[in-house]
Amino acid sequence: MTRGNVTGVIANLLLIKVEGATTQNEICLVQAADKLLKAEVILVQKNIASAQLFESSSSIQIGAEVQFTGRMLEVELGPGILSKKYDGLQSDLEKMSGTFIEIGDSTPALDNDAKYEFTPLAVENDVVKAGSWLGFVMENNIEHKIMVPFSWKGDYKVTWIATKQTCGLHDVVAKVKDNQGNELEISMVQQWPVKVPLTGFVEKLRPGKIFHTGLRVIDTLNPMMEGGTGYIPGPFGTGKTVLQQAIAKNSEADVLVIVACGERANEVVEIFSEFPNLIDPVTGHKLDAKTTIICNTSNMPVAAREASVYVGMTIAEYYRCMGLKVLLLADSTSRWAQALREMSNRLEELPGQDAFPVELPSTIANFYSRTGIVKLNNGKLGSVTFIGTISPAGGNFKEPVTESTSKVAQCFYALSQKRADSKRYPAIDPLASYSKYIDYPEFESYSDVNIQHGWVEEINKVKEYLKIGLEARDQINILGDDAVPISYHINFWKSELIDFGIIQQNSFDDIDMRTEMERQQYMLNFMLEICAVEYQFEEFEEVRDFFKNIINLVSQMNFSEFSSSDFKENEEQARKTILEKTKNYESQGVS
Amino acid sequence: MKARAFRKTYTRIERITKATCEIRASDVKFGELAWIEDRPAQAIRIMEDMVTLQVFRGTEGLSTHSNIIFTGRPPSLAVSELLSGRIFNALGLPIDGGTPVTGEERVIKGAAVNPVKRAKPNVLLATGIAGIDLNNTLVTGQKIPFFADPDQPYNKVIAEVALRAEADKIVLGGMGLSNDDFLFFKNTFEAAGVMDKIVCFINTSEDSPLERLLVPDMACTAAEYFANDKQQKVLLLLSDMTLYADALAIVANKMDQIPSKDSMPGSLYSDLASIYEKAVQFDHGGSITMIAVTTLNEGDITHAIPDNTGYITEGQLFLRYDSDISKVIVDPFRSLSRLKQNVIGKKTREDHPQVMNALIRLYADAMDAKTKKENGFDLNEYDERCLSFSKDYAMKLLAIDINISVDEMLDTGWELLQKHFEKYEVGIKNELLKKYWRKETAESA
Repeated sequence: MTRGNVTGVIANLLLIKVEGATTQNEICLVQAADKLLKAEVILVQKNIASAQLFESSSSIQIGAEVQFTGRMLEVELGPGILSKKYDGLQSDLEKMSGTFIEIGDSTPALDNDAKYEFTPLAVENDVVKAGSWLGFVMENNIEHKIMVPFSWKGDYKVTWIATKQTCGLHDVVAKVKDNQGNELEISMVQQWPVKVPLTGFVEKLRPGKIFHTGLRVIDTLNPMMEGGTGYIPGPFGTGKTVLQQAIAKNSEADVLVIVACGERANEVVEIFSEFPNLIDPVTGHKLDAKTTIICNTSNMPVAAREASVYVGMTIAEYYRCMGLKVLLLADSTSRWAQALREMSNRLEELPGQDAFPVELPSTIANFYSRTGIVKLNNGKLGSVTFIGTISPAGGNFKEPVTESTSKVAQCFYALSQKRADSKRYPAIDPLASYSKYIDYPEFESYSDVNIQHGWVEEINKVKEYLKIGLEARDQINILGDDAVPISYHINFWKSELIDFGIIQQNSFDDIDMRTEMERQQYMLNFMLEICAVEYQFEEFEEVRDFFKNIINLVSQMNFSEFSSSDFKENEEQARKTILEKTKNYESQGVS
Repeated sequence: MKARAFRKTYTRIERITKATCEIRASDVKFGELAWIEDRPAQAIRIMEDMVTLQVFRGTEGLSTHSNIIFTGRPPSLAVSELLSGRIFNALGLPIDGGTPVTGEERVIKGAAVNPVKRAKPNVLLATGIAGIDLNNTLVTGQKIPFFADPDQPYNKVIAEVALRAEADKIVLGGMGLSNDDFLFFKNTFEAAGVMDKIVCFINTSEDSPLERLLVPDMACTAAEYFANDKQQKVLLLLSDMTLYADALAIVANKMDQIPSKDSMPGSLYSDLASIYEKAVQFDHGGSITMIAVTTLNEGDITHAIPDNTGYITEGQLFLRYDSDISKVIVDPFRSLSRLKQNVIGKKTREDHPQVMNALIRLYADAMDAKTKKENGFDLNEYDERCLSFSKDYAMKLLAIDINISVDEMLDTGWELLQKHFEKYEVGIKNELLKKYWRKETAESA
């Protein structure tokens, strides 16, 4: 093993004189008092390696011994990951005994003594390769597949497989032979380096199947796809975290990985206290049964922030290989970028924009491209959908993290301060936001069949109404209520109707918090129907009164069970009001 | 904090900047405290045998041939019950004429609380100020700053809050306080007879700006001792965090770091978070609630200091001078307490959320009417009523000199609603109107 000694300390950057070979991104262990601290090599110059320490460097002494492990930062993959609360390096926080996380505290990621009932899926003489399913164990309510290690190359033949029985985590459950005739053993646990995309699938597909979040402004207007990418930038106080948590609670994901990256500890505490009591609307089980939380809150070591997002991604990719729909959420990717900036600065690299490292755009791009929907060895599909939040400095989107992300993420959910101030939640600006998937032919053909024919056209129509309404509002504000034609008022109020009927959604109301696709379709069609009617009014005040009435009825519909009598009554009332209005006009027209 | 006698003494400084100096020394640990004659300093960079020291009192008049002694450990604070009622400087040394405190030496800037060991903050922290308790309710374990322009009486307000909140201990960290303000705090606490539950760490504007860097960590260490070891409710006041951040920028600059936005170091977010995240609610009932002051430049919250602070803290409180009533009020629009949802209507009366929202909504209508008036448009009868409501509202509820219970605030709220409006104008649930609306309405009269 290569050894070395610390020759310099600048905050959490260590300079290490190495005796022997070292590898970029290798993990080394630094002796500090009686503990070994993890650090990652990030720069090598001659025999001096620069390493970022994943801990506070307080008390590190010049000359301290360093061992190089020869391995990159790895996670441990196996049953038992779900319901866990990890720190940024996959230490199980609940296994730590103290109130405080002291320097060098680390705990095993998996419950090494746990036993699971193994059910074989493969049989002897099957030809398998990396990622092939050998069997499964039940982890909470999910069939956790035991797979051929992802790092193995080529084909293998199964020579022995355990029968259905209870096994320990590290027991051998299968043996395989490589083409040189060497027999290899496989247990339920394997390791994978976090910064390398985890493969083990045949090919990546183009997303086109909607990923249902239950939020109308997303699903109807700016849909997310299975295996898609999205980002939510917003100034503080606009509800980024609330929105992400709403998605977490209502989405149709099989597995949920939440990375709390450099944010408030109390927000994580909220998830800890809520999720075990919330029921997942899709599976009917407790929400925390399908959830893993990786938390590196803002006061935890900065370098581990970067690690935490990669740990989250790798775990998400691992479950994807089991043929599951995985949703990965990261709050916030800006903190990760800031961690990169701090390190780049200590390395005295020439800075890019706003002192961020110049490779920031490519780092972000590489990370986002690890998501996607994939076809596995056995033809089944699995996906990692990723939504990250961004905390732009000063709420200004013209900054490197937002700009770099906009180039790679396909969905953009812009949070607007103005909407947040006027309590229109979720504060997603429907026009500034976009989903590039709407233009995918894959989505068009999928939605034609699975939602309704011409769905994409309908979405564009609604957006058009919103756009016209916005223009009308601007004109009214400039010229005054009296000075514009009545039709401007009608256009404005149509957009208000869509705002209240579709975009705004109460995430604290039991019914309104989650809207099924069928119901979203129904409401969209109803809104379009109302908007398509030709209205005639004498006075602009009349327009307001008329639409306020309709909006009230539509809101009541949103608060009632779909197709319930309340729902239908309000709908009936709205239709009647509209009919009366048009009739009234027609009769006037005749006389 | 005294140096140990057997440590090796160094006598040759190789480089001196305004904030740092460099010497050749061996066996130095990162973060270690050193004494250059009587000036404390901390090792902030070590390259081979070259140690960069951040000199807390500045390097003015520092000779290259000074005596330097390393203490072998990072800056620390002796903690014990004896801290109560004492006033210290940024280094934790008494400046109240008393003897140094004895107790367990704790390294300041201690470890982070394991998130799974935190409890969800849900205990109301009443201050008597309606602009806070009614509209932006505080919870123990919360961290919240006052965003205020330098001419606003923020120190007076936080002193008031400290005295009214039911805290077992009040820890004050003063950074760049003017001597007048320091004496104000001292006199206020003495007059209120609460000196025995106060701990102060004071850096005045007469002291070196770099010393300020130690103040929040000292104050947090003392607060953590009482909150965790003694399971007490601790209120931690930090004023002014903008001056703390300015000191960070000075050191970063002298270390040749590349500045990010507004000349602030790139690590500003992490630096501030390491302080603010000390706010905590423990399972055993002990807590640290943090009330800080961030002074603004003409209300600009996009500056790096308030901006990063806003991303870290759980809301912010805005002070504003209201010319209609000639008093300072807590601005109901720009202020926010993120944790109020944990208590309002649950720990307070059921009508709290609705009354709060109704009042703010109508106040917003009043502001619109005001703009209308200023622009020379005619006001209708509703506008006029809104305007007279807004004066009452500001006077009786928003002004910072209010001191009443939350129930009284709600009763006052109902009174104002009934005085100026009809039932249908307030947008409150029928169920609550039935219970609290006493006025005969026009229709039923």
